[in-house]
Amino acid sequence: MATTTQLPGSSAPALRSAPSGRAGFLGALRSEFTKIRSVRSTYWTLIALVVVTIGIGALACVGAVSRGSDVRGPGFDATQRSLAGLILGQLIITVLGALTVTSEYSTGMIRTSLTVQPRRGTLLAAKGVVFTLVSLVTGLVASFVSFFIGQAILSSKHLDVSLGDPNVLRAVIGGGLFLAVCGMLAFGLGTLLRHTAGAITASIGLLFVLFVLINFLPSSWQNHVDKWIPFNAGSQIWSTVAPQGNPPMFSPWTGFAVFTAYAVIAIAAGAFVFLKRDA
Amino acid sequence: MIEAMSLTKRYGDKVAVDDLSFSVEPGKITGFLGPNGAGKTTTMRLILGLDRPTKGTVTVHGKDFRRLAHPMREVGALLDAKAVHGGRSAYNHLLCLAQTNNLPARRVGEVLELVGLTEVAKKRSKGFSLGMGQRLGIAGALLGDPAILMFDEPVNGLDPEGILWIRNLMKALAAEGRTVFVSSHLMSEMENTADHLLVIGRGRLIADCTVAEFIARNSVQTVRVRTPQADALRSAVALAGGHVADAADGSFVVQGLAPDQIGDLAFERGIRLHELAQAHASLEQAFMELTASSVEFHAHADIDGSGSGTGAAQPVTTGEVL
Repeated sequence: MATTTQLPGSSAPALRSAPSGRAGFLGALRSEFTKIRSVRSTYWTLIALVVVTIGIGALACVGAVSRGSDVRGPGFDATQRSLAGLILGQLIITVLGALTVTSEYSTGMIRTSLTVQPRRGTLLAAKGVVFTLVSLVTGLVASFVSFFIGQAILSSKHLDVSLGDPNVLRAVIGGGLFLAVCGMLAFGLGTLLRHTAGAITASIGLLFVLFVLINFLPSSWQNHVDKWIPFNAGSQIWSTVAPQGNPPMFSPWTGFAVFTAYAVIAIAAGAFVFLKRDA
Repeated sequence: MIEAMSLTKRYGDKVAVDDLSFSVEPGKITGFLGPNGAGKTTTMRLILGLDRPTKGTVTVHGKDFRRLAHPMREVGALLDAKAVHGGRSAYNHLLCLAQTNNLPARRVGEVLELVGLTEVAKKRSKGFSLGMGQRLGIAGALLGDPAILMFDEPVNGLDPEGILWIRNLMKALAAEGRTVFVSSHLMSEMENTADHLLVIGRGRLIADCTVAEFIARNSVQTVRVRTPQADALRSAVALAGGHVADAADGSFVVQGLAPDQIGDLAFERGIRLHELAQAHASLEQAFMELTASSVEFHAHADIDGSGSGTGAAQPVTTGEVL
């Protein structure tokens, strides 16, 4: 460590350039981008997200191929099959979504962040936009690569589809959108709860556990509740074939809107608390 | 310039800051002194808008901190050196702060140079020692070349070299005409650095004066006396107008009379003295007694002999023997 006892103040190069504009949204965006790209956890989670999503999707397609033409039928959805990895991918993106906010609290960085940008709405909005863009881009990469690898596997039994087939492009883009919204839900819960483990647990509870629990409800209830379950609402966007039989599901875009509404509610609740509570 | 008006912060039914009004002037170091838990950090958090006051206001250059166009150019604050993401390098930490206020990236290199962290700029800050962490925090505070600097207990846990470095830094910053507002729970630290003092206890302001005034007001000269004829000397001293307080070891402490007066008094009455010593009041003790109670300013005269470690006898600031 340098043992300098010089007087830093006296030799401080003055920063006399006239202030330009005010510390605003653009600066906050650049700052948040620096934050997200400068910690290793971002890279680890994003790599895990892509690898797991692609890997599970490929495995699901290998499974379909091994059962041969039995799977072929009106209910078989080659696109959805190749995107099966999203079921686990959604859990990984929630980790990053939660960490983006909660790591500021666990490290104490939030106090420093709010000291340099005390306008909390600006800080939170910039954080949310940067995270959503990062997760959307990564989600799209994971979704498209999963699709192409999956279709290549399915093509050995001529089960594959192409992007030009009906609804396919919408579903593959939808896979990326789905992941981004899962992340936003966790981002909102992280802002609300300020605690990493709590936010991740709550996100997984909403996305995954609820989806499993619903199967234990009486079937008369299921018909009313099922389509509202976050996963059931959000996952319609990445299927190309309307689900068969009961219980009825939302159409892709309606379901996605419902799913997004959940994330927006979480973010709104988080933002309310973030603006009101002491940091 | 920082101005607080009736600043009050309540957490549940606990009052952390109670009706504080003060101003912190530019060009000098204002020490913010109080025991742990007196409300120093809370006050600084209120100034920075981290917490909302229950009542009252605090402004920086006449504005709410949240309304400043470029917060970093006006206030540089170091509340807690550990308030950084340890996984981020020193350079990236400072860069993300600089970007919020549209400060040029070259400024990051400049402040790293100033605090002597250039060599470890690319290292993640979780591996930094306490002293390095403190320097990183100070680098962040200096980024915007601000007119006001706020440091919360900046020398806590630092080695003597680090303490000296921070003291010199604060003096240099104040000499440049900046406002330096620094908190401490140690009077000795403030004696060495501050020009002006704000003393708080239990959230209330109990002194707002220069360091010289504080010393003059609180450093009471006392005389330590030991004699086998205590009762005789006691009454003699009381008659001569001195105040007497008992110490735990059988000696007593006289205030209001000089040692030679007491010696003469004893000689005239034939009282044997075993000890007669001038005691300088410890400022540390004066401060502790001043802050011991925020309502009752009279210092207690009970001397338990535990001392403040400065070698001087404790002062008796009033004549009330408890």
